[in-house]
Amino acid sequence: MQEITDLDRRLLRLLQNDPTLSTAALADAAGLSTAACWRRLERLEKGRVIEGRKIHIDPRALGYEVEVFLRITLDKTAGNAFDLFIAAAREIPEVRLIQTLLGRVDIRMDVIARDLAHYQEIYKERILALPNISDIEALMLVSELKNSESLPL
Amino acid sequence: MIDLDDTDRAILACLLEDGGLSARAIGDRTGLSQPSCWRRIRRMEDAGVISGRSLKLNRQALGFDVVVFLGVKLAGKGRVSLEDFERAVCSIPEVQLVQHVLGIYDYRLKVVARDLSDFERILRRRIMTLPGIGEVESNVLLTEFEGRAQF
Repeated sequence: MQEITDLDRRLLRLLQNDPTLSTAALADAAGLSTAACWRRLERLEKGRVIEGRKIHIDPRALGYEVEVFLRITLDKTAGNAFDLFIAAAREIPEVRLIQTLLGRVDIRMDVIARDLAHYQEIYKERILALPNISDIEALMLVSELKNSESLPL
Repeated sequence: MIDLDDTDRAILACLLEDGGLSARAIGDRTGLSQPSCWRRIRRMEDAGVISGRSLKLNRQALGFDVVVFLGVKLAGKGRVSLEDFERAVCSIPEVQLVQHVLGIYDYRLKVVARDLSDFERILRRRIMTLPGIGEVESNVLLTEFEGRAQF
């Protein structure tokens, strides 16, 4: 694993706050020369500490008004319950994310829909048809107050 | 809400694969000129379709090995203001995600920690001391898969 210095952490903090900063602006803010800053960034990228940049898409702006988080318990008596479930869930067009968890529930799944009627249709026809489900609970998103991928560096 | 055409979708697909691509690079891949590609990206940003950009960091390389999802119920609703709880929880640096939800919990939180004992410290000192906090359920993230709804 690559050694991360305090200066690296400072650069990462600045970049987390504003990922659009140019190398020159970043160097300025960190009190480095542009060349030195560039070298450090390149080292962090080569070492896969910085994996790249990411855009966020807001489904509501595309007409998906409903987002539901399903919490699913699987029937683990079936040998490969997880694999079968995940493979089938990845085929559903409205599923954004599937996570396996250690705790009270086994699987979390983010599902988007245009409206409640559309959600009901997905739920009845696609979700309930998934293999090895023993229990489902649903949480419906009301509002998102914070969504940051920033790490507390 | 705006409608996207196939060209917009092709641009989004490029950006989802690599959010650091310039308008010129995306133009090259989609057969657009740099200015017209830039205008389309700009339009999607203005309409809120592209709602933000972030740096993709390798959390394990930076020493954050644990991600925990918390379901939180508030105790004695009405006695504490939601605003107080929300302001306090959003200001915890280890809390990356705060969602107000309807269902068996009131809020969903995502917490990053260095390890399980670091998580325990955050839970005891930061989360359990929040104003109005009630029942909390923790689920540790094991693996994550992208679904098909990536647009």
